[in-house]
Amino acid sequence: MSEISSSGRQRSNRQALWRRIDPAVATAFGCIVLLLLVGSIYSPNFLHLDYLLLQLKVASFLGVIATGAMLVILLGQIDLSSPWTITTGAMMACAAAAYGPVGVALAIPFGILCGVAIGIVNGIGVAYLRIPAMIVTLATNAVAQGLMVVYTGGFSPQDEATEAMRYIATGFLIPGVPNAVLVWAVVGAGAVFLLTRTTFGRAVYGIGNSERAAYLSGIDTRHILVIAFAIAGGLAAFGGVLLAGYSSKAAQSMGDVYLLPAIAAVVLGGTSILGGRGSYLGTVAGAILITLLQSILSVMQIPEAGRQVIYGVVIVIMLLLYGRAPASR
Amino acid sequence: MKDWKYWVAEQRGTLFAFVTFVVMFTIYVSNHPAGFTANVVQTAANKGVLLAFVAMAQALVVITAGIDLSVGMIFILTNCLASWIVVGTPLETALGIVGVLLAGLACGAVNGLIVIYGRLQPIVTTIATGAIFFGIALLLRPFPGGGVNEDLADFLTGKIWGVVPVSLLVLVAVVLLVWVPFSRSVMGRAAYATGSSEAAAYMSGMPIRRAKFLTYTLAGLLAGIGGLFLTFFTYTGEAALASGNAYTLFSIAAVVLGGVSLYGGTGSAIGAVFGALAFRAIGDLLFVFDLDPLWQPLFQGVVLLIAVSLGAFALLRVRNKLDWFT
Amino acid sequence: MSRAVPLFRMEGVSKRYGGVRALDGAELTVNAGQIHGILGENGAGKSTLIKIMSGVVEPDAGRMMLDGKEISFASPAAANDAGIVCVFQELSLIPHLSVADNIVISNPPKRFGMIDRRKQRAIAKEALARAGAADIHPQALVKDLPLSRRQMVEIAKALARKPRILILDEATSALTASDVSKVFSVLKRLREEGLALLYISHRMHEIAELADMCTVFRNGSNVASFATGTKSGNEIVEMMIGREYSNVFPAKTPPVLSEKPPVVECRHLAWTDQLRDISFSVRAGEVIGLGGLDGQGQRELLLALFGVLRGVSGQVLIEGQPVGIGSPRQAKRGEIGMALIPEDRKTEGLLLPMSVRDNLSFAALDRVSRGGIIDGTAEKSHIDEMIRLLAIKTAGTDIPAGALSGGNQQKIVIAKWLMNRPRIILLNDPTRGIDVGTKQEIYQLLRKLADEGAAIVFYSTDYDELIGCCDRVLVMYDGGIHRELAGEEITEHALIASALNVEEASVDRTRVAGA
Repeated sequence: MSEISSSGRQRSNRQALWRRIDPAVATAFGCIVLLLLVGSIYSPNFLHLDYLLLQLKVASFLGVIATGAMLVILLGQIDLSSPWTITTGAMMACAAAAYGPVGVALAIPFGILCGVAIGIVNGIGVAYLRIPAMIVTLATNAVAQGLMVVYTGGFSPQDEATEAMRYIATGFLIPGVPNAVLVWAVVGAGAVFLLTRTTFGRAVYGIGNSERAAYLSGIDTRHILVIAFAIAGGLAAFGGVLLAGYSSKAAQSMGDVYLLPAIAAVVLGGTSILGGRGSYLGTVAGAILITLLQSILSVMQIPEAGRQVIYGVVIVIMLLLYGRAPASR
Repeated sequence: MKDWKYWVAEQRGTLFAFVTFVVMFTIYVSNHPAGFTANVVQTAANKGVLLAFVAMAQALVVITAGIDLSVGMIFILTNCLASWIVVGTPLETALGIVGVLLAGLACGAVNGLIVIYGRLQPIVTTIATGAIFFGIALLLRPFPGGGVNEDLADFLTGKIWGVVPVSLLVLVAVVLLVWVPFSRSVMGRAAYATGSSEAAAYMSGMPIRRAKFLTYTLAGLLAGIGGLFLTFFTYTGEAALASGNAYTLFSIAAVVLGGVSLYGGTGSAIGAVFGALAFRAIGDLLFVFDLDPLWQPLFQGVVLLIAVSLGAFALLRVRNKLDWFT
Repeated sequence: MSRAVPLFRMEGVSKRYGGVRALDGAELTVNAGQIHGILGENGAGKSTLIKIMSGVVEPDAGRMMLDGKEISFASPAAANDAGIVCVFQELSLIPHLSVADNIVISNPPKRFGMIDRRKQRAIAKEALARAGAADIHPQALVKDLPLSRRQMVEIAKALARKPRILILDEATSALTASDVSKVFSVLKRLREEGLALLYISHRMHEIAELADMCTVFRNGSNVASFATGTKSGNEIVEMMIGREYSNVFPAKTPPVLSEKPPVVECRHLAWTDQLRDISFSVRAGEVIGLGGLDGQGQRELLLALFGVLRGVSGQVLIEGQPVGIGSPRQAKRGEIGMALIPEDRKTEGLLLPMSVRDNLSFAALDRVSRGGIIDGTAEKSHIDEMIRLLAIKTAGTDIPAGALSGGNQQKIVIAKWLMNRPRIILLNDPTRGIDVGTKQEIYQLLRKLADEGAAIVFYSTDYDELIGCCDRVLVMYDGGIHRELAGEEITEHALIASALNVEEASVDRTRVAGA
């Protein structure tokens, strides 16, 4: 290998600029613009600010959940327990509200805490027991579901979301900007900070690339894994809290429809499903893209069935473009 | 000679599953208000056989160290399809059955193509294809309904000679016609070898990719047989998301209980069948003990969590910590 | 031997890997009914020779003849079909399959399209009996067998392929003594049956006992072939010496005798059967080499010190204080201050897709952060310092580490640990596969670090480096320290002789050193 000459250096500077713009992120944003244009053919509303803000608000719920999913995927793991972690968060927050003023005050943190607990079980299973993440998280998903079924008696719970939950999901702190969007902005800013400015973030990327190398570099990889799963659980539950605030109550299986979109948002945003690579900006783009896709499909009056098929196909195609494992073997 | 000892060692997982099943089922029937009667067995068999087919499908893929999270959806899709086409004259019914099986096969082949030739992670791929399969199921049956050739359905879910459930016989026939030839073929051996050590299998010049593709495809077929039977039991087709998810989850539980290692290379579909039957028996224990059925999902979840955690004992033997990360 | 056409012959066979010449005009003649021993030090070209013969790699130049007819192999299967079968040192068995399954793996007997298990068992039984391992049950699972039994299954697997030429590459290294004698009688019987056997071993006495002919390899070519018994062990060692080296080494600093306890000392370290009773100490300013043939426990020793292995018995003392090191995280802490430059920079040392910056600060994040938040300015100044110190050539700190040349990648691995200011530096073959210029820089750096007070343990498969860099060399054999060489004693002859466990080598050490 020869060293880089001065003319080569100029070239590599330009390359560095290009490298900053992840092609997957660029594609995702391109697709968003495309979808808006296609949508505007159906209905001019698509380019209205109100509509865009509404979409952004809907995307916030997905965005918060996808943030946790991204953290886990960056580690090269996966969290399939999000459906019932979301539901648990929502149900437990609403349940807490039934316990007087203290319960009302603690509803949101309690819901999140339940998600964190599920995440910690996931993390211990993955990091210390070395069970494949997919299996542990499926199992904890089943346990969470079982707990919720027992708790609710299998019916939609009667507890209502608290004022605070409704406010953060549907209120307006800044006129015109839905609070949910603000919440996502805060969560997103936190995620960006965590991923780019902290030792924890570095460790996450490092483990995602090679847990072996990270371990040999003196990183306590198991610790990091547990924390990351705990955060992911907490964010999923927080997403559930927001959703409960949005619709005023929790419902059975309310999280089921978020598993694939959350993973898809992360992957479509250019985060490698094998871990170690990806930016939060991509996840933002992915969440908006998925939400717009959903919106347009419903505007086009494509039934749920067709949406599922289109989702699946789009995700497989995007994965084939970006997510392939190296050919060598 | 102590040949049998080696046989036992090789079949340990399957035997464990068999024993678990026998114990659980004995507890189940001995506490059942009706006792050990042909009807009780028939009901249990019909419920167990459905999961057994799906678990066999999962086992095939897991043996190669893969996973198929779309088996439940293939199961649902073929159920919806069967509720349209497995009707009418015997000939039409027969063609319909062939159509359903081909559909299952095609779903599995799609998974195999994407995972092996597209080099995508099986988890995400099969979640995504699962969504597609479910979407198609929903297109076929936006609302529960449809029908099935009821004569055939009644025969296949009934008893023969007054005692033996026909569904069990079909299960045995499928094991003999699909699993046994596969496991004794070069492809089957390549599937095991790939799951056990892909590098060593490659060194030995085994047809790794073809074997993997075959397992995904056969998994689709077996899930399709399961879907067909679901139609025979329910007389209808229904695109039930929760049911698809549950079957996927239970198939993994059954595979683990059946002694098929999630890391690949060991176990057999027969083990998974017993794992499925045992899992059903465990789940139904709650009924015979008069516990609130609400506890069933939690109970099944805990059983699954414990089952998958058992594998962690192998970690105690790891002497080089770098082996954790392979 | 008859003057007839030899069973196998290769002429002018060459193979390059990138810039490295692994085999250069090699010649070899193998006759039926003979056991042919192959000797040579690390990197002499033995393994490349075997890989070419067994169809694993294709040669760049030269020709091979079987029965006088020219042949070439597209794959290991083609070589097998031609009758050349290799028992590899690295086990190629599939752990969860039975012994019988493994023995017939490449060509199982079939009936009606299915594998005929009864016949397969018969074949396996026969092969196991031929390999002298009839006590292994064909239905036992390979994973349940101890290592030495697995090696016997490997041999049986090779025999089941009906070879005409059987290659054994360090086939006895994992065997117990009783198995070795069984294998030997089997090999002798196979010789009588007219097979040609190629026997690669670092155990000289084994070659002396078994081989009819010996060929010594050096620098990728054969230097001599002779009938066994016509040369003494010492003469053979002489033939193996003489690799061309072009490295220049920094002057060694004479060790300063000090009253202070050694920086690191181990007492009676042992781990499974791969490390036995290892005791040594390293003082500040010393560079200690680990020598011996590849795979004698050197890697495990470094991993054991670094806290990666579980169940290590014995004691490790840091500056006279006993310590327990349970993980790399503990090992790198200030009070111990250890660093390990791992074996494989691509999977263990670096995070290739991540930036040069992220890689450099990865092991020293605690030093450039406060409360878990990275101080970008401090990080940058540390990184710049390291890039300067090691003269890392990179187009910037934002480019992925994987984009750099091998030498610069290795510099990053070293630099990322130097950022932690370690007192004890363990290096696992750090110069493998990198260019000469970078090698020299690494030698200079090691000496500089030692002069600044670091204690360095340096494993290298390149004897020249051990001679040029180390104050003392511990030669390992079979998981233990076989000999310790210090100062002037460190010669190529002494290194090779003790690596091969040739006892009389020490006698005329001085003559060789002077030569």
